[in-house]
Amino acid sequence: MIGFILKRFFQSFIVMFLVAMLAFTMFNFLGDPVNQMVGIDTSAADREALRDRLGLNDPLYAQFARFIGNALQFEFGQSYQHKRAVSGLILDRLPATLELSLISAIFTLAVGVPMGVHTGLHRNSLVSKIFMTVSLVGVSLPTFLIGILLIFIFSVQLQWLPSFGRGEVVDLGFWSTGLLTATGWKAIIMPAVTLGLFQMTLIMRLVRSEMLEVLRSDYIKFARARGLPSRAINFGHALKNTLVPVITIAGLQLGSLIAFAIITETVFQWPGMGLMFLQAIQVVDIPIMAAYLMLIAFFFVMINLIVDMLYYVVDPRLRVDSTN
Amino acid sequence: MTLLKIDDLKVEFPGRLDTFVAVENIHLELEPGEIYGLVGESGAGKSTIGNAVIDLLEPPGRVAEGHIALDGSAIENLPYEKMRAIRGRRIGMIFQDPLTSLNPLYTVEDQLVETIQTHLDLNEVEATARAIELLDQVGIPEPEVRVKHYPHQFSGGMRQRVVIALALCGEPELIVADEPTTALDVSIQAQILDLIRSLCKQRQVGMVIITHDMGVIADITDNVAVMYRGKIVEKGPTTKILSAPEHPYTKSLISAVPRADLRLDRFPMVNYIEGPEPERSDFDVSTHWLGQAQNFGKSTDGTLVRVESLTMKFVTERSIFPSRRKLFTAVDNVSFEIRDGETFGLVGESGSGKSTVARSIAGLYRPVAGSIHFAGGELTAIKDEKELRPYRQQMQMIFQDPFSSLNSRMRVLDIVAEPIRFHKLASSRAEVVEIVEDLLEHVGLGRAAAKRFPHEFSGGQRQRISIARALATRPRFLICDEPTSALDVSIQAQILNLLKDLQDELGLTMLFISHDLPVIRQMCDRVAVMRNGKICEIAETEQLFEAPGHDYTRHLLELMPKLENLSREGLQVADDEAARHSQ
Repeated sequence: MIGFILKRFFQSFIVMFLVAMLAFTMFNFLGDPVNQMVGIDTSAADREALRDRLGLNDPLYAQFARFIGNALQFEFGQSYQHKRAVSGLILDRLPATLELSLISAIFTLAVGVPMGVHTGLHRNSLVSKIFMTVSLVGVSLPTFLIGILLIFIFSVQLQWLPSFGRGEVVDLGFWSTGLLTATGWKAIIMPAVTLGLFQMTLIMRLVRSEMLEVLRSDYIKFARARGLPSRAINFGHALKNTLVPVITIAGLQLGSLIAFAIITETVFQWPGMGLMFLQAIQVVDIPIMAAYLMLIAFFFVMINLIVDMLYYVVDPRLRVDSTN
Repeated sequence: MTLLKIDDLKVEFPGRLDTFVAVENIHLELEPGEIYGLVGESGAGKSTIGNAVIDLLEPPGRVAEGHIALDGSAIENLPYEKMRAIRGRRIGMIFQDPLTSLNPLYTVEDQLVETIQTHLDLNEVEATARAIELLDQVGIPEPEVRVKHYPHQFSGGMRQRVVIALALCGEPELIVADEPTTALDVSIQAQILDLIRSLCKQRQVGMVIITHDMGVIADITDNVAVMYRGKIVEKGPTTKILSAPEHPYTKSLISAVPRADLRLDRFPMVNYIEGPEPERSDFDVSTHWLGQAQNFGKSTDGTLVRVESLTMKFVTERSIFPSRRKLFTAVDNVSFEIRDGETFGLVGESGSGKSTVARSIAGLYRPVAGSIHFAGGELTAIKDEKELRPYRQQMQMIFQDPFSSLNSRMRVLDIVAEPIRFHKLASSRAEVVEIVEDLLEHVGLGRAAAKRFPHEFSGGQRQRISIARALATRPRFLICDEPTSALDVSIQAQILNLLKDLQDELGLTMLFISHDLPVIRQMCDRVAVMRNGKICEIAETEQLFEAPGHDYTRHLLELMPKLENLSREGLQVADDEAARHSQ
């Protein structure tokens, strides 16, 4: 078990290293950073001085080592556009994105899993058929369209929910949260639903097919033959056995919720990292792009690590050490 | 009082167009402490009766007519909750496959305690104590420790004991056991049958045991009902049915059972079930393409295959440090020879390494040490895949599972033609088609089979396709890895007859792997007994069965279900034939 976790850590480091290399390459080969920073009338000598100060004349490996060293200290240099430290910018934006992703993930699981269980157990009921149809809509409509539709219905027509922004935000010093105010909650509903709808239908369909599979298995039949109550069979025996694939997918989905919140954030003008990233691309603000790349990779790697460890908690067959 | 009384039972599965009647006219009576056998081949409806008794018929199946009475009160078509109170509490059930009947995510204790608390009014501590007691009763050593373990930490036989303990949790009066020992090795099977017998007698539990295995019937049951296509064709005391069967189906079934006590020329009278043995083409193989094999590496000393100190290891735990890697030695220093034209048997229990030996010879595994010689060439010394091809062409393999060994997306024509095309054994497309159709006809499938897909065939027919595919390279050497263990006995008898006939016609040499000693006796000239990767004994088949030299061989022979009183009606006994010839 410990050996396995160490191995995974090692693999995570390799992944992060490769991503760092990619981000670093972007710095060096996507245009000249000095040109991005200075005006046209800067003299060649000044440029050279700046180049020297930024360490751009050092050998490549030294620059890369410095980049890694800085990244480890969460230091990604100055944003060209905002003229501020990138780390500060990200820290400002991070809570918004993480809160949105978290609420969206909770929505996904809290709605998707029970729907999946229901449709798995009662395959031919009317409710199941409605769920399946709705889920088809969820899969086939693009995110931005759902967002715009929701805005049209709930903001424009009914005027129940705000169409953009985070609402009132409480600053806790290290974290600014919208989850402590009523307007914050109101503001997060539509983006979270928009972001999670696709994932929810995916989880629902996954749980459903896994449930159908498990319910056919011998141990469920044996549990029935032992006269166990239906509740214990469906939720104790069957649902737990569907969890391993669901955890895998849910983990990956959480990662993509964070990474691909971009579209939702744009539609709802949500002040998160995705929106910032989109703006950074428009003006080729490479430090922000590099930092975003590193951060998202870090999230994915961490989530996968946690998912791998969760397998051990759920499935005793993987705990090799205890077999002997 | 009769424990279980089934009266004129009819179970049907309504379909959209017509209703499939699974069983009908079933009458059974079972007393407490009695073991009642239901025997028949797949599709006979024996499991349907078991499922009907415990009301677990797969939807849309239902009891259409008749009555099932437990201790005098009717239990058919009860509401779900009423039936649930009977399941486990009054009727227990044991399933075939111990590897899949236990929930892998819960400890044995969790599953036992949950079941006990469902049925008996006990608190957690009492239930746990009861669970340990049950494990002890089913013969699991150190029950206090083992109860905390997960199912995957038990071996197959031990898991089946856990399954039995679970069935006993509610102290039922009746147990339905559906093929309880089919997935187990003979030695484990004997232990489990002993356990079942003693539990039934001690607790006066009635048991319905469903099986396709005449050995189990003969070993354990008091009464037996023989089922065929949803009906009981014959029933009565076990000894009477086995020694003096009256119905032609029963006779046919008994004559298809491979005998451990005598060697037959062919299996007779297996026609009742699958229809007559299919017509086979009677062209002269010596002039046909199939008989015109090149005289590839004709050996002078009469040895076709020589295996020398073969050793095969698998890594069970990886590590970057070679010293910390854990290796499992599947085959340990095995040597034997297979003579030209003989059938060499490899017998052993699961995990003994017999399939690994076969796969090493076929080149699917590269051995860690030792050498394999075939038709004069040392296969283990040839590194170049192209140089190996002529040898590979000469040896072909037939696998155990007829369902997964054929590509379901390919037509039979392409399945059988693939080796011909690969080895460029025919000059034109038309010739390939012609050869394939001849082959299919020759294995008894008919020429039209070429256009169909594998799923259109039954298990026995698919095994015939496998055989046709194996013959398509005109091999001299066939490796048969448990070719009939997934089949019913009557179909097994037909396939074994086919293999014998082909061997006679084409002069094939065979390596025949089986865990089933009676089958080995029918098929093989010489036998090697394997255990834990080593060969215990190599002997002529008759000598092995009559005068085994090794303790383990003797042990295996003792474990074979005793079938002494089987009817010998209509058998062609090889010894008798030989006796007649010598006169």
